[in-house]
Amino acid sequence: MKNNDSILHVRGESLFVDDVITPQGVLYGYLFYSPIAHGKILNLDFSEAYKVEGVKEIFSAKDIPGENQIGGIVSDENLFAEGTVHFIGHPIALVVAETFLQAHDAVKKIKCEFEKLHPIFDPREAAKKNEFIVPPKTFLLGNVDNVWKDCDYIIEGTAESGGQEHIYLETQGSLAIPVEGGMIKIISATQAPTVVQRTAARVLALPMNKVEVDVLRLGGGFGGKEDQATPWAVMAALAAFKLNVPVKLILPRQEDIRITGKRHPYSSDFKIGLNKEGKILTYEVTFYQNAGAAADLSPAILDRTLFHCTNSYFIPNVKATAMSCRTNLPPFTAFRGFGGPQGMFVIESAIYKAAQEMGIDPSVIQKKNLLNEGDEFPYGQKTLHCHIQKCYGELETRYNPKEIFQRIGAFNEKNKLMKKGAAIMPVTFGISFTTTFLNQASALIHIYTDGSVNVSTAAVEMGQGVNEKIRKITAETLAINENRIKIDSTNTSRIANTSPTAASKGTDLNGFAVIDACGILIERLKKVVAAELNQNDLSKIEIKNEIIFYDGEKTELTFENLIRTAHLKRVSLTAQAHHSTPYIYFNQKTFKGNPFAYHTYGAAVVEVTLDCLRGIYEVDSVKVVHDCGESINRVVDIGQIEGAIAQGIGWITMEELKWDEEGKLLTDALSTYKVPDIHAAAKEIQIHFLENVPNPFGPLFSKAIGEPPFMYGIGAFFALMNAMRAFKPNLEIKFSAPFTPEKVLLTLCN
Amino acid sequence: MIEFILNDRLVKTGSLPTTVLLDYLRKEKRLTGTKEGCREGDCGACTILLGVMIGSNVHYKSVNSCLMPLGDAHGKHVVTIEGITPPAFGKHGTLELTPIQAAVVDQGGTQCGFCTPGFVVSMTGYFLNNTSLNFYDAVESLGGNVCRCTGYAGIKRAVEQSILFFEKGKSEKKTQQENLVALNFIPEYFSGIKEQLKKIHSRKLTSQKKSNTLIAGGTDLYVQQWESLVRSESELISDNRKLSGIYIENKLIKIGAAATIEEIKSSKLLQKYFPQWNYYLNLFGSLPIRNRATVGGNIVNASPIGDITNILLALNASVHLSNGKKKRSIPLKNFYKGYKTLDKKAGEIVESVSFSIPSKKSFFNFEKVSKRRYLDIASVNSSAYIETKRGKISTAHISAGGVAPIPFYLSKTCNYLIGKIITTETVVEAASIAMSEILPISDARGSAEYKRLLLRQLLYAHFIKFFPQPALQGEQINLEKLF
Repeated sequence: MKNNDSILHVRGESLFVDDVITPQGVLYGYLFYSPIAHGKILNLDFSEAYKVEGVKEIFSAKDIPGENQIGGIVSDENLFAEGTVHFIGHPIALVVAETFLQAHDAVKKIKCEFEKLHPIFDPREAAKKNEFIVPPKTFLLGNVDNVWKDCDYIIEGTAESGGQEHIYLETQGSLAIPVEGGMIKIISATQAPTVVQRTAARVLALPMNKVEVDVLRLGGGFGGKEDQATPWAVMAALAAFKLNVPVKLILPRQEDIRITGKRHPYSSDFKIGLNKEGKILTYEVTFYQNAGAAADLSPAILDRTLFHCTNSYFIPNVKATAMSCRTNLPPFTAFRGFGGPQGMFVIESAIYKAAQEMGIDPSVIQKKNLLNEGDEFPYGQKTLHCHIQKCYGELETRYNPKEIFQRIGAFNEKNKLMKKGAAIMPVTFGISFTTTFLNQASALIHIYTDGSVNVSTAAVEMGQGVNEKIRKITAETLAINENRIKIDSTNTSRIANTSPTAASKGTDLNGFAVIDACGILIERLKKVVAAELNQNDLSKIEIKNEIIFYDGEKTELTFENLIRTAHLKRVSLTAQAHHSTPYIYFNQKTFKGNPFAYHTYGAAVVEVTLDCLRGIYEVDSVKVVHDCGESINRVVDIGQIEGAIAQGIGWITMEELKWDEEGKLLTDALSTYKVPDIHAAAKEIQIHFLENVPNPFGPLFSKAIGEPPFMYGIGAFFALMNAMRAFKPNLEIKFSAPFTPEKVLLTLCN
Repeated sequence: MIEFILNDRLVKTGSLPTTVLLDYLRKEKRLTGTKEGCREGDCGACTILLGVMIGSNVHYKSVNSCLMPLGDAHGKHVVTIEGITPPAFGKHGTLELTPIQAAVVDQGGTQCGFCTPGFVVSMTGYFLNNTSLNFYDAVESLGGNVCRCTGYAGIKRAVEQSILFFEKGKSEKKTQQENLVALNFIPEYFSGIKEQLKKIHSRKLTSQKKSNTLIAGGTDLYVQQWESLVRSESELISDNRKLSGIYIENKLIKIGAAATIEEIKSSKLLQKYFPQWNYYLNLFGSLPIRNRATVGGNIVNASPIGDITNILLALNASVHLSNGKKKRSIPLKNFYKGYKTLDKKAGEIVESVSFSIPSKKSFFNFEKVSKRRYLDIASVNSSAYIETKRGKISTAHISAGGVAPIPFYLSKTCNYLIGKIITTETVVEAASIAMSEILPISDARGSAEYKRLLLRQLLYAHFIKFFPQPALQGEQINLEKLF
């Protein structure tokens, strides 16, 4: 079950962009970017910078042969600022020199004068000024307005959730190498090779076939390298193209944190109506998404916030409005969950507040409203094979939250300064790119004459184990030993028009394409077998564990000698296949459709201990029941859940982005932006996979795993709130994540 | 020439001694298993082991190679992931692994792989350094390694598996290192390192020059200004034996300026006088940082939030300076003149620091709150030293970090406390005086309001720890009244 990729990792032999042997004469890039959040560039002077030894060239907007445009969904983002700067970190120029230090020194010598303009940092202020990335969207189900009068409880409130820096351990980077005939090869740490290829071609005014992008693996992505790996790759390509020498551009950590996008901060208003049994009758919510200075992926992320605004609950009347607000911060971007966590945090806050007013535990409301088979989401899709009730039920049987709450109550009775708290977090997450056309992938399989197999797909390996899953799928489908199979790098010359590896869909899309490609090869091989055996009923031929059977009888043929025979008979041992997810669509005018291939379900109970004197806390345990269909690789899937939980808890507790009043990020280094370490991670994690739930819509009956477990971390927020209320029952409840030790102490001592 | 053993072979280099070791490894030696993750000692992706001859044995410690000057490798054994990994064998992916590497693979302790070599090196360092193994200490030794993928659960399982494997396989007759070689935790060549090191150990680092810029551990200097340091002619002093040692002299506990934090943390002498010493010092940086950072560095760095200066202020320590000819001493609380400004003349260096042996009737405590418990800089830290006579406070030294431009000594608070009986009111009043004599600013580590409140809480924490029972003449501290 182990992940074979990890063998190279532990040996220290896995190569990342900065480890690849650099070609002779490689030059190094260093970025000059805007030190102010909003303003006009009055004067840009490189003269002193050019005098620095080793400096070869300084590139800015004027040097771009094609379009100075890198925006994907909306064309609103320059590669280099032109005229106006829109955020601190807005790239203005790239210095290329013989060494990193020379480039670094030259950047310090660039002089740039600005005329400051009024910056906006608050999404609500942006909304008031109609500074929208795309027009606001509203999802409707039933009729909210008619139902308020039937509610026994109507609760209103505000919820804020902070941004989150990815802290992929490998910073952004790329190496661009000129190839003959004005072509360029880019080695990039990107989740979206085709986006890099397309954008480089656009900026360099080249046809796409003259740009090749190769991705070996990423040292972590989490969404941070879906759209935002592009600028650095394109800059390196621009410099390499113009100078005709290889150019490497690796962002130092602090620069990476300062200038690249993060998870979107949200500010939201909610109003929820319930009857006295705790049934939610109606829910109205308005999301203000802080999009930063350009669209990036914000519109798609905004959509997912709306898709998940009711989390795991059926609410008959919903009005959910979302606004993507333009501010003068670096464009926010994809991050595991893709807007889903922000949506779920608000509904869980609403339920928590309602429970508090009703004097009951939030889990009572949660259970009363869990989705049933056939229930409709606000976007029109109905649940199919809905397992949320099963997950919640299994959670109760297995971990007995009632007993946990009682044990905690007894602990809190006894202890004055230490308090415990627990909370349950159910999760329902839709699987598919909600931008329907992205739900396609292709695979290219070569079988060499010695029986070794090379598989290329559009999937990018970034630690999520997609290579290992693809290897397993190939082995199962071809009925051969996994050791024969190598998963090749992701390369735009082998696989064209790739969708990003994102939306938890890497294995689903590419796995199905691999199954189809294997199917083509098997069909061809069966014909060879039939000819060899002088038989003609292909349906009686079977390959099991590298041995060929006919009509249930073992034959002399093995995979290896069959391959040789096929080659001698001039049968192609290469197959390519394309897969697109069936039955999905979404209408961006009515906001109705069937955007998801299926949903992933799960529930977790989170327990924390709070030191009320110092305002510091620990996460004691996270206990999970998760539906991942039939797991393709348990080590990988458990790792995805454990890792996602740590990230989710980090987002909701200690990971804090703080800007000063000028829009400068204060927490711009690992010394100030703290991610969970080995001590801060939950002391105990228990994971139970829901049994006997094969997923008909996933390869080998599996389910996507990357994003859904992230949202279990949200439970830590409400567990902390419960611990605080045990210390101070009349506490002022504010839904403001992250729940840093600072906020905890200030709230406790208020 | 800088001369050292890099993995299994002797290397000599004429590179500047201030070159960052990480850059030397990656660029000059193409040992790319050591990764650059942050260049500030906060991620551990660049962790290497540094083998140093102590007596007749080689001791290995984990170090952040991003903050270590190459010159400090002189006469030592530098071990990177490549020096731990067994040679590759076989055809179809049958690559050999050490038991630690195998455990990380088996238990899902790696995903993207970028942090992984650092973890493997740190774990190997733990096994090399400790003869009695336990899970908690092993996990503690990974406090300097950040992983963003696994959530650490798989890494913890790998630690368990590795310990189990070692305990099962070890032979009581062998030394730790012999056992590690026999069980393939480390390659064979480790056995010969001692003899090789003896040969080069005594040779002096010839490229070393005298300079006004001194680099000890470099754990802050290389964070702040590595770009200029690597081109500077600074003097490396971390191996200066005249500046080392922890000992008692004239009833004073004296610590050499080049003593590392890990040395003082594991000092039996200090642990004897301060029963919770190990716990306090665990809150300082991470093991690789503590292995390099020095007491003197912490003092002259003058960070308002330094942990060692905070502790030393409450111990009413004195700093001993020398310019090579004249020596002088000054109370630490008078050493700081303003933000990063010292009462230290050009040419003077801090040689040592000393403080009185704590009296039997004394109480000492160190408190630190940061966003993350470990490997984080405090929002506020505070140390308190109290002596009581007949139920009254006779001596009080309390410090507060992160609340002023300098490592702060709460003189008004201390003055107030002298002669007071321990009551809830006394504690509340002391905390309120403390809050009034500080000048915190809002920054990445918290708002001024928070820091003020936090100091109050930490002062409460001192007294709640000191007097869990009613003190003589006094009363039990009433928690209700504190909030």
